[in-house]
Amino acid sequence: MSIYRTHILVPVDEGTVQAGVFEVKRRLEQKITEQGLGNEVKVVESGTVGIVGKGVILVVYPERMYYTNVRPGDVSLIVEEHLLKGRIPPTLKYASLDIQGGLKSLHNTGLTREQKRVVLDKSWKMSPEDIREVLATGGYKAVEKIFTEKMTPEAVIDLIKQSGLRGRGGAGFPTGLKWEATRKAAGDQKYIICNADEGEPGTFKDRLILEGDPHKLIEAMVIGGYAIGATKGYIYVRGEYGLSIQRMQQAIDQAREYSLLGPSVLETGFAFDLQIKIGAGAYICGDETALIESLEGKRGNPRIKPPYPVTNGLWQMPTAVNNVETLANIPEIVNRGAAWFRTMGTDKCSGTKVFTILGHVEQPGLIEVEMGTPLREIIFAYGGGVAGGKKFKAALLGGASGVFLPEKLLDVHMDFESLKENKAVLGSGAVLVMNEATSIPDMLFSILKFYAHETCGQCAPCRIGTHQLLQLAWKLREGQGRVEDIDTMLNLAETMQRTSLCPLGQSVVAPVKSAIDNFRDEFERAAGHSEIS
Amino acid sequence: MKLEDLRKIREKTEKEMVLRDGKARVRVVVGMGTSGIAAGARDTMKALLDEIAKRELKDVIVSQAGERGLSSSEPVVTVFEEGKPSVVYGNVTIDIARKIVAEHLVNGNPVSDSVIEVNG
Repeated sequence: MSIYRTHILVPVDEGTVQAGVFEVKRRLEQKITEQGLGNEVKVVESGTVGIVGKGVILVVYPERMYYTNVRPGDVSLIVEEHLLKGRIPPTLKYASLDIQGGLKSLHNTGLTREQKRVVLDKSWKMSPEDIREVLATGGYKAVEKIFTEKMTPEAVIDLIKQSGLRGRGGAGFPTGLKWEATRKAAGDQKYIICNADEGEPGTFKDRLILEGDPHKLIEAMVIGGYAIGATKGYIYVRGEYGLSIQRMQQAIDQAREYSLLGPSVLETGFAFDLQIKIGAGAYICGDETALIESLEGKRGNPRIKPPYPVTNGLWQMPTAVNNVETLANIPEIVNRGAAWFRTMGTDKCSGTKVFTILGHVEQPGLIEVEMGTPLREIIFAYGGGVAGGKKFKAALLGGASGVFLPEKLLDVHMDFESLKENKAVLGSGAVLVMNEATSIPDMLFSILKFYAHETCGQCAPCRIGTHQLLQLAWKLREGQGRVEDIDTMLNLAETMQRTSLCPLGQSVVAPVKSAIDNFRDEFERAAGHSEIS
Repeated sequence: MKLEDLRKIREKTEKEMVLRDGKARVRVVVGMGTSGIAAGARDTMKALLDEIAKRELKDVIVSQAGERGLSSSEPVVTVFEEGKPSVVYGNVTIDIARKIVAEHLVNGNPVSDSVIEVNG
């Protein structure tokens, strides 16, 4: 008697007979013999399994996987992919039985595909408006741990340094180093600021944290304040985020009531309080120095760096400015340790990253996966691929200051290092997918329109450059451009990169250069068009 | 409030949230982030509460949460039942919300056409 590694059950009942079960079975046996799997896989005819209206069904053991609506043409795919190579063909419908005997969809594409959730682990399970539920689901455990174990501020900073956590706002600066520099800087008063001015087009990761788990942010800021020696923290929230502001304020009020904020946090003698500042809608205020200016009540003009905020920040005092997603990692790092955090992601980029998937995809939405997940997986496995069966053309990574990636770079790993090697940036984590029908010159035009609108006007290269670029892009779009304009655009953007005062003017080059480098023919066609007409 | 007080509140609420020990058998959580609300989560919530009140179900808690990122499937409703996998429903309209109460909460049969995920 031989032992089979796989059994395939072929349920035969009225429904499956009508759907052609015998033809499927015949082909299955034939194909298995052809592939020489006769000694490993056994096909067994069985009675009904109680599933109706799902056509021919095949049940694969030991996986207990149910293929439904199997057509004779699917058989070779099942044998070659599943039985021979152990890969489940994503194009077929399959399911497993849930404990109540109902069919449970097992599709491994879509937003419900397995993820690694750290910063957004609880946001959909408990009420953000009830601090008691937050406490019951582990909220403020990290604060409790620090005070119970009497961890020193230096020990906290050391832990964050060891975890390898890097800023999730786009720049990727090591958070532990930032905190250490702020702690060591001289100053009577220090501040910690949470940058929640999420203005990058296509990004909404911070909103989900603010709305879904505001207490996690408070907890992180209490820890940060303790670590760097700040007694005062600000949360600079984008003004359009009405619900975020409301829930955040409610959370702060509740935290004060529970002595988690105030003159003596949990009666330990450590004073820390938080205040919300509502932004007025300028993209540039997402830059930390412009944000600080705005917080001081001035126009949101970026400052010249150095000095950096860690020494000369708010009111010229040492200030740590951290992104929402960065901070949201802190409590779990304190709870579970640096080594745990390092098990996720890559060597140089530990932890997870939240991505927002939008544009021409089947399932727009948000996922949190390990750093270094390939772009292809994010778009096709989680986003469900390009909508309407169209072909993929490009992805814009990281919002307006991001880069266009063509199809040949789909396999890039999404972490700071790998993207840098491919002249791309992680940015805010927005993945905007464009299908074959998208015009790249058009896309670039709308990005440049955004830049021309958002430039603060403080320095000439950016104030004039953004408008000149827009003009050139407009001409191309209207069929009035010349081929030379393409290089003029590149030249202009590169000059802006070298001479602009702040990241806004410096980053225009990213979308311009990547669009032209990767899709030059399209720009030439647009320009060439004018010569004909 | 001291550290010990915090711990006590945590433990007490933990117990309350465990459905087995609490009064409730089922916890229904409606995703009420901006996307959810824009897609009609408030109406979904109202329909759930109304249907539950109509049927005088005393052992069901309806609460709200933030979003999980299933933007294309909002409004999202998750049903947590002690000892059973949690069931996530997507695109829950008023009608589907009422159906969930009638079929899932009362009769124990999940509304399979609207299930987008089963956990656990």
